[in-house]
This record gives sequence, C-alpha cells and structure tokens, in this order.
Amino acid sequence: MARSFYPLEKFAPHPQHVSLLPFQFTRLNGEELLVNEAGEFLFAPDGTVRALAEGRVGATSELYKDLKAKHILYDDTSSPLLDVLATKIRTKCDHINGGTKLHIFVVTLRCEHSCHYCQVSRQTATKGEFDMSHETADRAISLMFDSPSPHVTLELQGGEPLLAFDMIQYIIARAKEQAAIRDKGLSIVVTTNLACATDEMLGYLRDEQVKVSTSLDGPAFLHNTNRPRPGNDSYERAIDGIERARAIVGYNNVAALMTTTSASLDHVEAIIDEYVRRDFHAIFLRPISPYGFAIKTKGRTGYEMERFLEFYKQGLAHILNINRSGYRLAEVYSQILLQKILTPNGTGYVDLQSPAGEAWNVLVYNYNGDVFASDESRMLAEMQDWTFRLGNVHKDSRRSLFTSEAALSMFEASCNQSLAGCSDCAFQSYCGADPIYHHATQGDMYGHRPTSGFCTRNMAVIKHLFSFIREDDPETMGIFWSWLTNSPLPAKRAVCA
Amino acid sequence: MRLTTSGSARNIGDAIIGRLTTQDLPRDLRRDHVRLVPKGGPLPGEVAGYRAVLSHNDFPTDAPVIDRLRESDHFRDGDVVVLEGANGFVRSLYRPYEQHHSLFVTERCSSNCLMCSQPPKDKDDVEMLTRRNQELIRLMSPAPEYLTITGGEPTLLGDHLFGLIEQLRTSLPDTELHMLTNGRTFAWPDYTRQFAAVGHPNICLGIPLYSDNAGDHDYIVQAVGAFDQTVAGLHQAARNGIRTEIRVVLHALTIPRLTRLVEYIYRNLSFVEHVALMGLEYIGYTPRNIDALWLDPFDYQQELEKAVEYLAMRNMTVSIYNHQLCVMKPSLWPFARKSISDWKNLYLPECERCSALEDCGGLFKWAVKKHSAHIHTL
Repeated sequence: MARSFYPLEKFAPHPQHVSLLPFQFTRLNGEELLVNEAGEFLFAPDGTVRALAEGRVGATSELYKDLKAKHILYDDTSSPLLDVLATKIRTKCDHINGGTKLHIFVVTLRCEHSCHYCQVSRQTATKGEFDMSHETADRAISLMFDSPSPHVTLELQGGEPLLAFDMIQYIIARAKEQAAIRDKGLSIVVTTNLACATDEMLGYLRDEQVKVSTSLDGPAFLHNTNRPRPGNDSYERAIDGIERARAIVGYNNVAALMTTTSASLDHVEAIIDEYVRRDFHAIFLRPISPYGFAIKTKGRTGYEMERFLEFYKQGLAHILNINRSGYRLAEVYSQILLQKILTPNGTGYVDLQSPAGEAWNVLVYNYNGDVFASDESRMLAEMQDWTFRLGNVHKDSRRSLFTSEAALSMFEASCNQSLAGCSDCAFQSYCGADPIYHHATQGDMYGHRPTSGFCTRNMAVIKHLFSFIREDDPETMGIFWSWLTNSPLPAKRAVCA
Repeated sequence: MRLTTSGSARNIGDAIIGRLTTQDLPRDLRRDHVRLVPKGGPLPGEVAGYRAVLSHNDFPTDAPVIDRLRESDHFRDGDVVVLEGANGFVRSLYRPYEQHHSLFVTERCSSNCLMCSQPPKDKDDVEMLTRRNQELIRLMSPAPEYLTITGGEPTLLGDHLFGLIEQLRTSLPDTELHMLTNGRTFAWPDYTRQFAAVGHPNICLGIPLYSDNAGDHDYIVQAVGAFDQTVAGLHQAARNGIRTEIRVVLHALTIPRLTRLVEYIYRNLSFVEHVALMGLEYIGYTPRNIDALWLDPFDYQQELEKAVEYLAMRNMTVSIYNHQLCVMKPSLWPFARKSISDWKNLYLPECERCSALEDCGGLFKWAVKKHSAHIHTL
C-alpha cells in the first residue's frame, strides 16, 4: 500500500496554550536581547517581550520558532524538552561539581618588592616569623586532598615564595607523596616576581613540572613605577627571569599577569605592546583589587571604574588590531565572558560564578594556618577584617570550614539569582555574585548594584562584547573564536582579483 | 557498477547465500561457496558440496542453480551473493574490494521523509532479512574496515538488532560500524541502555535533524512527534556513551533556517562528533516531491558557507556530502567529501576534462535526471 504525504499545516503548531520558560531581557541599541537560563540569547525587535507576554506572537512566525528553539517558550503541541534545557544548565554550572579545585598556599609574606598595590607583603629579612611551618603545610596539604575533586591545583604564592625556597621544596614533595597515596591528580603553579629566581631554582621547577606565573605591568617606566624594589630594577629582573624561565622550565610554562594602576591608565597600548614584544599570547586587563593596601593607598593607585572601562575598551580595540595583523593575542577577561555568552560551557574563573566560587572553587591557606575563602579575603584580614576567615588548619576539618559562620553567611549572598538588581538582569547567567567584593567596597555582602564597581564593570564589558556579537563582523568573530577554541587565527580571506 | 542480475532458478528454495568462486575447490573447502561458471569458462567436473551453482550459460544439474544469467561480468571471486529462488534474482551483498559496505536490515520505517531515497515498505521483512544478514556477516571476509547498517529504520528490528550488533562485535571486531537511524527509538531510556549494553566498541549513529523546531522537522519527515523523539534520542545516546553524528539533507525546506539549525545543534547537541550537510538525491520519493524540495545548490552557497563556518569556527567537525566542487565556493572545498558509494557514483560528460575531477565526489547516478544547472568544467 502506497503511503501518502501530508501538508505542512498538519504539522505546524496550533497551540491552545503557550507558556514562558524563565528568561531575562534588556534593551540594547534599539533592539531587545532575550537570554534564557542556560545563557542562550536572541536579538529580537523592540516590543517582542511585550508581544510575548500578551500572547501576540503568531505560532507560525519565524520569531515564534526562534523563541521556541531557544527555550524561551513552549507550547502544548510538542515536548518542551525540559531534560535538554536541564542538561544545558547543568553543563553551564559544571564548575560547581567536584569540590574545591584551586588551593593557594601563602608560603611566606616576605617580599623584596614594595608594590603600592600589594595587599599583604612584609619587607623583612627575618626568616620564620612570616613563613609557613612544616606542621601547617602538612595540615593544609591534608585539607587540600580532603576536597572531593579528583584533580587539584596547588598554587604557591606569597609574598615572594622563592624567598622560602626550602619550604616550596618541602610542600611540593609532601603534596606529591600525598597525591599518590590518595590517588589524586595534582598540578602545581608558583606565583613569583622572578627577581630572585636562580637557574637552580628554575631547574627544580622544571624537574617537578611546576608552572610559573609572574607579574609584568607594562614597559620599564610603568612596571618599575608600579613595582618598586631596591635598585629600581624590577622590570629588568622580570624580563631576565621570564627569558630564563622559558629556557629552563619550558616556553609555554610561563605566564604573566598585569595590574592596572592609575599610572597605567594612559598607557594601555604600551602595556599591550610590551606583552607582544615579550611574545605572550594572552593578556588580562585587570583592574586593581579594592583590598588591602590598595584601598589605603587609593590616592596613588586607585581610580573610578568608568576610567578603567575606557582603558579596557581602548585596550581591546588595540588587541583586536594586533590580531588582525596576524599576531594571536587573547584578552583573558573578554575570553572568559565570551565563553559564557557564546558556548554551551561555563568557566572555572572564580570571580564570575553563581554560586560564587569562593570556598567552593578556591581556598587559601595563609602562612599561619588561617584558611580563607579567597585571596581577597586574606587581604581583608591583613586589614584586620576577619569576616571571611573560615578557620585554621590546626583545628578545622573541611566540614567545619564549610559550615563555619563565616562560610554560611557568605554562601547566603553568593547566588546572583537571588540578589536584588541581579535577579532580573539579562546578563545574570554570564555574571557572578561576589560577596567579598561587595563587603569590602560597600560594607554589605549583598551589595547595592547601582553603585557597585563590580556591576558597573561587568555590565559595561558584557554590553561591549554584545555589540561585537551583534555586529557579527566575520573577522572579529573569527578572532574571538580562535581565543575560545585555542586555535590559530583564521586565515585571511582572499580578496577577489 | 551492477548489483543485481537474474537468471533461471531451480532447486533454490527460499534463498541461498554464499561466497563466489570460479575455482574447483577441494571438497572440504566448498561449504560456504557458490560455484560460478563464467561466460565461456570451462565447466566444472562435479559440483557436490557447493551451496549452489551460478552459471552464465545453461547448466543442467540437480543441485541448486541459477543459470542463463543476464549478466555475469560484474562477479568476482570472493563476492558474497544471495540467490533468490522465487524470481531468480542474484544480488551482490558484499564485494570485498569496494570501500563502502552496507548491511540492509529492513524496508520498514517509522518516518516517511519527503525526500527518502529508499522509500519504506509496510511489510514484515525482519525475520527474513535478519536470517540473511546473520549469514552474510559470517561470510564477510576479509573483514570490511567500515560497515553501514541501514534500512528502513534499523531499530524496528527490536532485539534482532542487538543480536546482529553482538554478532558483528564478536565476528568482525575491527570493523567500524555506522548505523543510519532516525534516532526516535533512542528517546526511550530503556531501549538506549540496552543498545549501549551490547558494548560494541566502535559504532556511531547517523541521525537526521532537519530543523530547530518541531513543526518543520515533523513535516519533512512526515511524522508528528518525530523532532521531540529525535532530540531526546540524541541526548539519551550521549548519556549512554553512544557516539552520534547529525545528517542534514539540504533542500528548499531546510535551507531557510539552516543557520538556526546549526546554532541549535551547537547549543543543544554539541556532543555530536560530526555534522554532515548533504545534497538532495533525485531518487526514491524525491521526484514525487520535487516541486516542494528543489533548490539549485548554486543558489544556497551563501547559506551553506555560513553554516559550515559557524560549525568549523566552533571546532565542530563538519562535512559536505553529495556536492560537486564546481558548484561550491572554493572556501568550502576542504569540507567536501567524496561520499558517494562506488556503485552509485557518476560523472557527467563535462566532468571528463575537469581539472578538479580527482578531488570531486561527482554525482549520484540518478542525478543525470536532475542536477545543478551550474555544473561546469574547472
């Protein structure tokens, strides 16, 4: 018996009921931007949300198909495929799985630099007073592996950790031993200014497969202004250290981070050019953290967030031009946000997570055994604010750290889905909650969005990135995707002869 | 290349499957073989112990035989053929020297796609074809590198499909399997768990998805609810560690929302390991529905380029099947695959002098009746 065919009308939806799924929206450059719970977005004509709320979007229109495909609405003619939506949300929030992954050990507070923006360092030669002890290190290593995460990253920092090199050696040996016993994966990073790094030290780091993260604030005049040390040679030592570390530890095992001070604000292109000159392929245009000495010395280092945003936008434009010329250079903050906006995946970046990444994704073990929810919480403590000290390695377990008063009150304010000003924000799924930042800057972990530097920065950066996405210039998007997929820049399009 | 011929059948019964030989084999090696007597070839002394005899000319015998074949030049030693008693058809099921091999498991299907190249039939052929395929798998030697399980809709075999895959796993362990399915059955978690439990180490499902929304997809496959089941099926497959590929046939009904479709695939089905964008085949149902379907490939190059770039930029593997290089933008050439099976392949007269012939997949042989108006010599 021959089968027959039926017309489109038999299959097109004629819904009795149309229901909305959770979504947020905003107006952007004369259009509406709708974002669903999994971060999928849709640019739609102005008035779309109102038409949607009033049931005026025709079920056979292309717009209706868009809204349905993006999990913004569903109707009674087909499955809402909520399992698929759930999977997408789960994928986005994968960072919540598995427990704390990053464990920062403050090996010593001693440092030979005296950076204006540094929150914590002590200029003292006396060994011992501000160094981590063996007993403290043992306990901290044990707590680190108590995290359910099958793979942890141990970050050794200071102060200048290489000033306590014997302690570094002790911690690395003990951590590797314990990792083997507990069957855990372990990556190790040392955060150092490299000023005192000898070839022997670098050889040791190579042998132990330790990666190096260092500071480079820009060209010599700026770097040396930001990072004073005896002899005023921080820049020269950093460059020499970077080259030696690349040669000894491995070219791709050395990364650099910059901090933006008020002195940096007029020199974004020079800073970026310095990174290119040093053959780095990533730069993180980072505002100064409003913590520790940075707040005390605000006159010298601080600035308004609006000024930083000009710096960032000018910098990103320069970076895109560099990429267009064929040199691959990623801006890390943009890359993190683009990953959240454009891909099905989330990121492990602690400062843009909800629930906030503090404690869940990072723990800091101070030289004296105090455990903090983040590096920033430790800096607050250096200013006698102990709000985010979860406990101490010598008397606490993972369970007691996570159920401490400090942890629980922080967790309450750590979901932007339930924060005033965030709960209905179109960018909620791309952004995070940062109770520590808001506590430090506004005296309230919940924070006040209209006056929050965190909110100002992220709203502006996300809108700026969306303007590129909307423009959809193939070359710019090709550059962004090469950052996101860690692939070479796309080949230049052939120009027709 | 010919796959079927016929002659006059005697003593065959229902059907006999065997491996062809033109040699006089020792008695104890004849068991799996059909003795082929080619045109002008010497007559064998005796044929006891062979499964059957296939002869170009008259071959009087009491043994099972099909003789007076219309054609026999396409047979080679080692081919596996089936001899059908009722009508004297001789079909080649396996030809070791070719690249593309398939296992045709049923003509039944739960969908009825407007452009189906192998229109379904509503008769129960499952038991018959399963028995035939069990024997075919046993005779596949040397083992093929790749084998496509196709139909119809293979999952309609029920437990028989698990049996066939199990047999393939044990008897052809190094053969990579590709199964063409509409994916709808995989929406049932229990079914998908059972499928995964067969534990074939190297199988990938090729599943068609034609739209990012149910109405359009269901119209194209002529089945209400198909979109929901296919998307749910893809997710169930992924959850159970079954590899998947998505296949999109390009035509007037799929091109308008093609960029939306690949976006949907990336955001909802990013786990698929391959997306194949395929040209329309002018066979099966397609000629009947050609007015609704036809779009000259030349006229959708922009949409095709956008979709390919969208996926490639996101590190998703994407290929273009069944397209000729001369109709495609050179930027798309790296994604074009020579995907047409040897026996279905054809080149036009203008292809003969073409400098890109080596790299071009050519056309389906049925495309002589309908193909892009822009095919030209490069």
